[in-house]
Amino acid sequence: MTAVTFPAVVINWGSDEMAARRKRRYAADRRLQIYGMIAIAFALGFLAILIGTLTFTGYRAFTQSVVTFELDLSKAEIDRSDVMGADWRGIVRGALREKVPELPRSSERAYFAMFTSSAQFLVRDQVIRNPALLDGVARFSVPLSDPLDQLAKGQVDRDTPESQRRVTDRQIEFYEQLSAAGAISKPFNWGLFFNSDSRFPELAGLAGAISGSFWALLVCFLISFPIGIAAAIYLEEFAPKNRFTDLIEININNLAAVPSVVFGLLGLAVFLGWFGLPRSVPLVGGMVLALMTLPTIIIVTRASLTSVPSSIREAALGIGASKTEAIFHHILPLSMPTIMTGTIIGLAQALGETAPLLLIGMNAFITSPPAGVLEASTALPTQIYIWADSPERGFVARTSAAILVLLGFLILMNAIAIFLRQRFERRW
Amino acid sequence: MAAYLFGFLALAAIVVSLLGISRARRVRTSQAEKVHSRPIYHGLNAAIWTGVPAFVFLILWLTGQNAIVDMIVMGSYPGADALSGAQRSLVLSEIRQVANGNNFREPSPQILAAVAHLQSLEMLARWAMVALVAALVTVGAFFGLKVIESRYRARHSVERSITIFMLFSSLVAILTTLGIVGSLVYEAAQFFARVPLTEFLFGLRWEPQIALRADQVAGQGAFGAIPVFFGTFVISALAMLVAVPTGILSAIYLTEYSGARFRAVVKPLLEILAGIPTVVYGFFAVLTVAPAVRSLGLTIGVEAAPNSALAAGAVMGVMLIPFISSLSDDAFAAVPRAMRDGSYALGSTKGETIRKVLLPAALPGIVGGVLLALSRAIGETMIVVMAAGLIAKMTLNPFDAVTTVTVQIVTLLIGDSEFDNPKTLAAFALGLMLFIITLGLNLIALRTVRKYREKY
Repeated sequence: MTAVTFPAVVINWGSDEMAARRKRRYAADRRLQIYGMIAIAFALGFLAILIGTLTFTGYRAFTQSVVTFELDLSKAEIDRSDVMGADWRGIVRGALREKVPELPRSSERAYFAMFTSSAQFLVRDQVIRNPALLDGVARFSVPLSDPLDQLAKGQVDRDTPESQRRVTDRQIEFYEQLSAAGAISKPFNWGLFFNSDSRFPELAGLAGAISGSFWALLVCFLISFPIGIAAAIYLEEFAPKNRFTDLIEININNLAAVPSVVFGLLGLAVFLGWFGLPRSVPLVGGMVLALMTLPTIIIVTRASLTSVPSSIREAALGIGASKTEAIFHHILPLSMPTIMTGTIIGLAQALGETAPLLLIGMNAFITSPPAGVLEASTALPTQIYIWADSPERGFVARTSAAILVLLGFLILMNAIAIFLRQRFERRW
Repeated sequence: MAAYLFGFLALAAIVVSLLGISRARRVRTSQAEKVHSRPIYHGLNAAIWTGVPAFVFLILWLTGQNAIVDMIVMGSYPGADALSGAQRSLVLSEIRQVANGNNFREPSPQILAAVAHLQSLEMLARWAMVALVAALVTVGAFFGLKVIESRYRARHSVERSITIFMLFSSLVAILTTLGIVGSLVYEAAQFFARVPLTEFLFGLRWEPQIALRADQVAGQGAFGAIPVFFGTFVISALAMLVAVPTGILSAIYLTEYSGARFRAVVKPLLEILAGIPTVVYGFFAVLTVAPAVRSLGLTIGVEAAPNSALAAGAVMGVMLIPFISSLSDDAFAAVPRAMRDGSYALGSTKGETIRKVLLPAALPGIVGGVLLALSRAIGETMIVVMAAGLIAKMTLNPFDAVTTVTVQIVTLLIGDSEFDNPKTLAAFALGLMLFIITLGLNLIALRTVRKYREKY
């Protein structure tokens, strides 16, 4: 054994030079830590600003300023057999005119522009739904038009010159009068959930978008859930290991990474172009979303099938179950909670997808909610896109409110998924 | 109509399965010998015979009906052979419109005749569909119930059907890929028949406006895709500039420095960033980030466009932070404990261990993650559709507006569904390029990650 001699380098660790070096090294360590903290603070700060801004701009759309007025329909000469054809415009205007005594003719236009232009239809529809209103004095509420709604919510700076705001001085005066008389209130905006889309922000709601999303997700679930599970079981349990099944696996992994807009192109060219399905319908939207959700479900199902211990399968086979019975009677039920969790998360992703729906035309202007999967409609994310593009001030708040509703649905779905996971998932 | 038929099929299948079960029970009690399958399998087998052939037939019929009806109608339309493809589809859509009762102008007699023809054909088709489905259901139910006897192996038959269904299901993934590639290549080929491939790949002008009249100045437009890809590159680069350092640093902090409790709170919060729909990011970019970028530009004396590349890129970068963070996290976790301990034993600080040992060892994994994130950035659509520009410009100035591949695909195709002009077909050519690029990036990324995994 040869003796190894090290050169005798004597380092005086206590010297000032070494102390300074140590300090530098520790400082570098602390700097890295601080950079990490800054990175996290940046990301979380962005998240906070995002949620904060949306809440701050969106909460206003959850109320809607309305004017309330009394209307004695027994005095108005309405033909009971033709309620639809009565002069509703005149009746409603007459009632509104009474709110401001001595309304000069010259300001009538400005005055009536303060209320939603569909006021007469709202009153008419209410009366048709409840004909008893024809017999006496009843109170009606109609929304204020968008500029006045902004004024009521304090979004209009009265100090800006009149020419630069959408509310005239005259209208502000009228507003003050109505407000002093207690005719203006700001109840919760149910219209946001029960109205369909409209060109007028004060009447626009999400009913069409929510039901469109519902139908699309239903189609997506009905297609992707059975097919996803069946494909996963086949690949995991039945498929022979050969090049063809390898190809299928590579395919599934790649599909998960294909940009969503490409799925939109597929839907446009194949479902609309070759199969001739109609544009803008939830059926096509759901089919495209199903193709996008499929890889997620297949991957989750395979993972949960493999996690079931083989003793369960062997026990089933041992008492004479066929392979299919072992899988469908024992292994699949045991992995169902995990599959459901993954499916709900996949559906939540599908709910937020926008680009493929734009390409198949689910961004049309449609004023009634779809009654089925073959009626043109929008979906929540595409409705957000449409409103974000609309120039009216009122749509900024509505867009944020729609985003809050969408995020609410996403949180709900994820909460259900987490609940399922914690309540039913078995750890082996 | 079709919905009722599907309902009828489901009902028929249930009824027949119940019939099958009771029949199987009777077979058992009347004979002493052993029965091969339990009654439920006989019922299921009968239900499959009843429902599945009719269901498959119905789907095929519904997909094929319109095209065939159109073909027959156009076949008898006077002078249909002389029409070009565009005129044909115009005439067809007019016929369909009139048949639905919305005629915007007085239809010509030929159209009216065609409408009558169409309506009679559709009526015929509807009744034929009902009759054939009913016939298939009856024959299927008859056969499915007839085969029930004690020695019939109903379970094998059912299991075989299930296996076939599962096999077809796993083929859906392949069919989807084939559908994507097929439709993109087919439409792109039509595009390249009008616009030469070299112009698309190397042209420097992207002006996809199509002249309404033949003599219009704008002419045929220009389809050089370089500026579009350049814009995509600029925005993705900005996004990566935000996402890569933030993602890696936050992963370092969360894995190496923070306590378990901090990590348990912060990690899910970061993951929320990945779960927010992109349309929300897009709106936020327009509402808040773009004005902020504009005022930032004003303070440093640069005129910022309202839809600057910086705003779109920065927001996209934030979206990608959790993606890079969690992939780097995995990469750090895969570095063997011994390497870390060895570094500490030599007296290095935590920071030195991270920079000189962990990062180099985890680098391939991190690079793979960054490539995956880059492919996401290139394919990301809604943020750029809402926050980036429409005009293709070759500029590196982040305060200027640029456009991207995905923006062009969406704007070229919104509200337009005719596949016969270069404008819409160009979107498919861009889509094909996008598909190839993202696919390539993903394959490289996965290969990098896998190669690195094998090392330890």
